[in-house]
Amino acid sequence: MANATLTPRRSQLTKGKLPNWAMWAVLAGALILGAAVAALVGFSIISWAIFSAVFFIIAGTAVTGVAEGGRKARNRLALFLIYGAFIVALLPLLSVIWTVLERGVPGLSYNFLFTSMNGVTGAIDNESVAEGTPVLGGAYHAIVGTLQITLWATLISVPIGLLAAVYLVEYSTGGSLARAITFFVDVMTGIPSIVAGLFAAALFGQLFGPGTRTGFVAAVALSVLMIPVVVRSTEEMLKIVPNELREAAYALGVRKWRTITKVVVPTAISGIASGVTLAIARVIGETAPILVTAGFASSINWNVFGDWMSTLPTFIYYQILTPTSPTATDPSTQRAWAAALVLIIMVMLLNLVARLIARLFAPKTSR
Amino acid sequence: MSTNALRRTGGGGQSGDRIFSGASLAAGCLILGVLFSVAVFLIIQALPVFGADPAEITGGEGFFTYIFPIVIGTVIAAAIALLIATPLGIGVALFISHYAPRRFAQPFGYVIDLLAAIPSVVYGAWGYSVLAPQLALAYDWLARNMGWIPIFEGPASQTGRTMLTAGIVLAVMVLPIITSLSREIFLQTPSLHEEAALAMGATRWEMITMAVLPFARPGIISAAMLGLGRALGETMAVALVLSGGGLTASLIQSGNQTIAAEIALNFPEAFGLRLSELIAAGLVLFVITLAVNMIARWIISRHKEFSGAN
Repeated sequence: MANATLTPRRSQLTKGKLPNWAMWAVLAGALILGAAVAALVGFSIISWAIFSAVFFIIAGTAVTGVAEGGRKARNRLALFLIYGAFIVALLPLLSVIWTVLERGVPGLSYNFLFTSMNGVTGAIDNESVAEGTPVLGGAYHAIVGTLQITLWATLISVPIGLLAAVYLVEYSTGGSLARAITFFVDVMTGIPSIVAGLFAAALFGQLFGPGTRTGFVAAVALSVLMIPVVVRSTEEMLKIVPNELREAAYALGVRKWRTITKVVVPTAISGIASGVTLAIARVIGETAPILVTAGFASSINWNVFGDWMSTLPTFIYYQILTPTSPTATDPSTQRAWAAALVLIIMVMLLNLVARLIARLFAPKTSR
Repeated sequence: MSTNALRRTGGGGQSGDRIFSGASLAAGCLILGVLFSVAVFLIIQALPVFGADPAEITGGEGFFTYIFPIVIGTVIAAAIALLIATPLGIGVALFISHYAPRRFAQPFGYVIDLLAAIPSVVYGAWGYSVLAPQLALAYDWLARNMGWIPIFEGPASQTGRTMLTAGIVLAVMVLPIITSLSREIFLQTPSLHEEAALAMGATRWEMITMAVLPFARPGIISAAMLGLGRALGETMAVALVLSGGGLTASLIQSGNQTIAAEIALNFPEAFGLRLSELIAAGLVLFVITLAVNMIARWIISRHKEFSGAN
């Protein structure tokens, strides 16, 4: 204490304030008490953590209230609850990632990635459970389907989304059409994915007869979900292109469409590309629209315009809900989690790529 | 406009300008057209239901009797999700914007955004095989000790695949939406207001209740509404987690169903009138989420105008 030599009393500024170790002491007490109470109702890490947290919050607030007053106690309680909210929010994330890794890694093999479910029947699954032979069948057809459908969805939505954003930023003068487009693009981001799927199914059912289910229908459904994301991110990126660049191009006599294609879009391309990548990451994991538009297949289908197709999400869904062998579900569960792992790796890679693109290809700003 | 003058002086290449501006205008209109045609095609395909004999509809008592319980189920699931996710999301957003050490604030934000990157079917699988068995124990306890409250009425589901579980999984899924939107708004709070409150001797929590929350209220409301829109339309988590059935008040028994899950579970085998029925159900869901989203967007756009004042 620096001021101890000046005056024997504690500083006026810190008078009535709890010392720093007080909360650690309360925490230790809460942990012990929590363990004791948890032991009474049947000890487990979860109940121990819950009881200790509750005791810590109550005791910490009470101690602060006695020593420092009601306002400080409320402040402390808010601090606990807000830190607690963050920790609680992390739990499901950690649990999901841990579960997918723990259950997905054993099923991940060369065989899983490069064979389809063609010819894999319940009898084969029963045999692999009974005799311990390796689980046959894999997600190759689903990986092919995912890539195909996502590729087509990207091919449809990127030109439309890009051009619409160009219209909003470069051509519109803020009239009612532009405002309507902006508003409905925002509204479209909130369309439930299953409704987008129903729309594509209804559209193609109307045009080509009911029950038309192909990969292309699914791609249309996914584009309904993807276009608004592409428009929003592209719009944001085009807006931050400095006006000086456009004016410099116009001053050189360059036409507007050449200015846009040669100056504005290349300047913003890193942001646009990362936005598109994030949009792909969003739709690649969609299940519901695929379920109602592409049906379900167990063999490889490269043709998006004919026959049913599987994707990784629908593969996971069907393997869990309707296991290949109703009596021995383990092989199906294993395949489902391995597929979930592949899917999550794909999504995370896309997110990572988006960030890398945004960082590496960002235009050089003048310093 | 200076560009008009330039356009006139040039000789060739005018067609390029026209084609490009025409194409971008067409793309813009196409988006409006798509949204419009979503409504039109759903209505066309759903029409047979409204003309059909009530006895032919699932349940045998007409479309309204069929759709009513699953609308209620949808609302219950979304309400549970919001009740959990809104306070939690605000807490997490406050943590990132006002409590976490500055250096870690951005990484923490990325971590929470990761929750949004996980595909819904994976959440469904997780809820089905990890969360539900854990919660089954808690439900058992609830049914024994708090069974006199209608929503906790026993006997509790042994698998844990109940409405409450589905609501909790949905809460996890809408949490990143609510968090990221309210975080944006919290960061926009005028720092002069915050500093003024702190200078008057307010504690950090008093500063938040006096300066940050009043400023952010419209933003929080619209964030919650957008989360609601997502929770209403979320399909796979509910389809996998909930062991559906008729309408029941108890949240810890199996039962209830949501529109989205009803469609996903029955569409692959549906044909004829049943198909129209499910599409009509989708139309109802579309109208509900459209209304919720439009209200949310309207609040945000109104908010934009007065947030420019600082």
